[in-house]
Amino acid sequence: MSGKTERPFLEGWFAQDATGAHLVGTRCTSCGTFYFPRQARFCRNPACQGEQFEDVPLSRRGRLWSYTNASYQPPEPFIASDPFVPFAIAAVELEREKMIVLGPVAQSVDVDALRVGMPMELVIETLSETPTERHLSWKWKPAA
Amino acid sequence: MSRDIAILGVGMHPWGKWGRSFIDYGVVAARAALRDAGVDWRDVQFVSGAATIRNGYPGQVAGATFAQALGWQGAQVNTSYAACASGSQALAAARSKILSGECELALVIGSDTTPKGFLAPAKGERPDDPDWVRFRLGITNPTYFALYARRRMAIYGDTIEDFALVKAKNSEHGFENPNARYRKRFTAAEVAASPMVANPLRLMDVCATSDGAAALIVSSLDYARRAGRADAPKVAAISTVTPTFASAMIEMPDIATDSAVAAEAHSFRAALPAKAYEDAGIGPEDVSLAEVYDLSTALELDWVEDLRLCARGEAAALLRSGATRVGGRIPVNPSGGLACFGEAVPAQALAQVCELTWQLRGQAAARQVSGAKVGITANQGLFGHGSTVIVKR
Repeated sequence: MSGKTERPFLEGWFAQDATGAHLVGTRCTSCGTFYFPRQARFCRNPACQGEQFEDVPLSRRGRLWSYTNASYQPPEPFIASDPFVPFAIAAVELEREKMIVLGPVAQSVDVDALRVGMPMELVIETLSETPTERHLSWKWKPAA
Repeated sequence: MSRDIAILGVGMHPWGKWGRSFIDYGVVAARAALRDAGVDWRDVQFVSGAATIRNGYPGQVAGATFAQALGWQGAQVNTSYAACASGSQALAAARSKILSGECELALVIGSDTTPKGFLAPAKGERPDDPDWVRFRLGITNPTYFALYARRRMAIYGDTIEDFALVKAKNSEHGFENPNARYRKRFTAAEVAASPMVANPLRLMDVCATSDGAAALIVSSLDYARRAGRADAPKVAAISTVTPTFASAMIEMPDIATDSAVAAEAHSFRAALPAKAYEDAGIGPEDVSLAEVYDLSTALELDWVEDLRLCARGEAAALLRSGATRVGGRIPVNPSGGLACFGEAVPAQALAQVCELTWQLRGQAAARQVSGAKVGITANQGLFGHGSTVIVKR
């Protein structure tokens, strides 16, 4: 439906550029630790006193560490469609960052299409809608 | 010098959905523990309450709330909040007071009245709160349990039949436990026929939330001797360590692990019992039984490995062999576990210690583990909190 305002459900957590969608993280300039959600004050590595961070786009591809789905409607602040449509959820391991990031799986992908270890990529898609707004989020999808 | 304290009395209010105040359940549990210990409430010198945020509104801070309900008598008081480990933290506070000589006799108590359905975050638009972010994305507690379960299936070859067998085993254990909420023998077929919650976990793989209360009366060893209770089970270790950076596992309520580029990844669950074994000076080979946090059926298998009761990846084989049943080599969740109780957050870690105490006294009736000498608990909850307690004869 047209006429709705589109906005990210969280401002500044993800972005889209010429190479595709990516999460916006930070990296400690002292020890190199990546952060998502972004951390820009104090490094949490106990061996590091770092307080300087640079914004970095996180890897937009990774491997599926594990997956599940939401068969029941989650409670608020989740905004469900009516009727609620179950959706898959992925935990994806990013090789460069050595971290695992969760996200919903793209709407067209059923949980049965997923396999641990398969390559995944980040996309930006509608998370929820109200009568006037469409909220966007990052989602994971099997890599093309 | 011994760092043990004695458990003189234990008591519980049965788990269920009773629709009453958590204070009622707490008083019932406390009075049961006092009777069991043969102790007058007015002799208790320290009241250590386990709290949860739901009970934390003004006027109902756990420690003082129970002290008032039992009758103000001038004891020192403490309240601990550490999510699922709240009860162990409250016990640790009592242990420190006793070992420092500040008091000899303490009441440790936790109680909860839970809301219906999924545990959900506080209201309002709060993007700085990781709990708000994950629920906004539709990521509930069972999401995490299911991710761990699917990972086990992919890495170790566990099956959904293995998970169902955990439920069947625990329901057999809890069937005759008077404090359990669900007292029905479930078959693996019934688990498989229950609705899917978070693939591959079904409704009967995931624990419910319950009302319930548990209380302990603990004392110095000297007090126990004077009371003629030198043979009482003893708390030999309490571990409440934090995780070590970088986290290896995706943990509630986070949406990402730490990045392990600058530091090695560490398992939090495995760190909890490791510290307890070290403090108690014993190893997994000394353990007679374990009470672990089976928030899901599959999670029990993770805990069995984290407690080093078998090698990594072999918990399902141990389960299939019958070793973790009452009557087997190393019974796990003889109480019936969360599968039969459901979770009452601030009471649950203390309920685990109650079960170990009854087992070590030989008072566990149909679910008795014969010759039980050493018991261990394990639990983990939100925000880097978890605990392990070791109880020995």
